[in-house]
Amino acid sequence: MQGRKVAIIGVGMTTFGEHWDRGFRDLVVEAGLRAIQDAKLTGEEISAGYVGTMASGALVGQEHAGALIADYMGLNPIPVTRVEGACASGSLALRQGVMAIASGLHDIVVVGGVEKMTDLDTAAVSEILGGAGDQEWELFMGATFPGLYAMMARRHMHEYGTTKEMLSAVSVKNHWNGARNKYAQFQKEITMEDAMTAKMVADPLGLMDCSPITDGAAAVILAPIEKAASYTKKPVEIVASEQASGTLALHSRKSLTSIEAAKIAGAKAYKTAGLTPKDIDVAEVHDCFTIAEIIATEDLGFFKPGESGPAALAGKTRFDAEIAINTSGGLKAAGHPVGATGIKQACEIAWQLRGEGEGTQVKDAKIGLTHNVGGSGATAVVHIYKQGW
Amino acid sequence: MKESIALMWRRLPERYKLIGSACENCKTHYFPPRSICPKCRRKGKISRFEYSGEGKVYSFTEISAGPIGFEHQTPYVIAIIELAEGAKCLGQIVDARLADVKIGDPVEGTFRKIQSDDPEGPIHYGFKFRLKK
Ligand SMILES: [Zn+2]
Repeated sequence: MQGRKVAIIGVGMTTFGEHWDRGFRDLVVEAGLRAIQDAKLTGEEISAGYVGTMASGALVGQEHAGALIADYMGLNPIPVTRVEGACASGSLALRQGVMAIASGLHDIVVVGGVEKMTDLDTAAVSEILGGAGDQEWELFMGATFPGLYAMMARRHMHEYGTTKEMLSAVSVKNHWNGARNKYAQFQKEITMEDAMTAKMVADPLGLMDCSPITDGAAAVILAPIEKAASYTKKPVEIVASEQASGTLALHSRKSLTSIEAAKIAGAKAYKTAGLTPKDIDVAEVHDCFTIAEIIATEDLGFFKPGESGPAALAGKTRFDAEIAINTSGGLKAAGHPVGATGIKQACEIAWQLRGEGEGTQVKDAKIGLTHNVGGSGATAVVHIYKQGW
Repeated sequence: MKESIALMWRRLPERYKLIGSACENCKTHYFPPRSICPKCRRKGKISRFEYSGEGKVYSFTEISAGPIGFEHQTPYVIAIIELAEGAKCLGQIVDARLADVKIGDPVEGTFRKIQSDDPEGPIHYGFKFRLKK
């Protein structure tokens, strides 16, 4: 990576779930304070902040999230900037933080992600999330996000023979992991039958193929690697931070069985880090729907096109198998507070590399990856991390 | 989402007559219209292009949890259609349930009511598709 090397020196998050008793600012402040505490900072060292939130304006009526966070985190007058890229907002914020330090402009930076989603009913939230797609040419026509991913799933089934059982295996594995994550929204295992027979949302995707509506926040503290050692024994170095764009509408893409932007961001990240898919020990990928995890693990080169479904069914993506995917429980079981997801992924990888993965700790995890997608794939961000000590 | 009358009016040519665009330089067709050809950029020569509405089902699903404005139609089938002239677009397949549709099925365009998001607001019309028998 060009410029100064960057490391995560502290991480923190709220539990993910339905937090009726807490608002937008309460969530983000809790996550931020936990990260500051984890990095053993007083707070005065921080010189800039970035926050990812997709739709705070529509969901809770609050725009100007950067200013709110600077104020309530007690960070005034340092600059805090909001970034938005739908469900990839969190990773976009992380990338801004990385660039701010790599460029030499800032030293200690706090990066947060937050979404407060349960103040509205499901129909209203779904409509707002629809804004991640093409409002005039997808949503207007009656498409929904489960509908868009369902069409990706059907095409994947058509081209590669992927089955509903393979999709269900992703959900069962992620719930198994979620059951071992104290921050997860659903800390409960499910059976193949539960997944296979769940109520249909957009065929072939049922309720157990879809990530839920979630409140939550997550934060990380970044520092130049040469200063990281003075705060923590286990800095987690970010060795690649890459982003790519694709068409806003699904129907404008050449293929529905792969997300081109994610493939490009992944390939660039491997190149920047000088690594290959085989080097990755643990990855958090964007499983907003089960099919998205199948496609992600193909786009990232863990499996060949068409082989991710059988691999999931064979248990190759469990925490103790070939490649550990979504040890946090992923978006499916840990929950998907949209703007917070990318930062939660970074927190999980930091814990894994630090050996604090608890019930799903990957043995000897040294290199991790996060893959965060906005909408149906118009924005994709891939980060690669390694032990920095 | 509630669309304003102005937005509805701006989109009438595309939604009523399937007007997209084509690049004369690289012969690529686009729907909805674009003013820049992503392949040719400044070398591109974009013009208005009217699609016939004929095409094939590229992928499809049945929406069982319909969004606001579509409550009365749910469940309904949506599809990505490979238009005969080259671009793809998304639309509903009318008069069909999930079991009636297969990838590759030929379709033709039809003009229908799309949604009514507000009982006192405008009714939105536009193209949908129908399986060709
Ligand atoms: Zn062109």
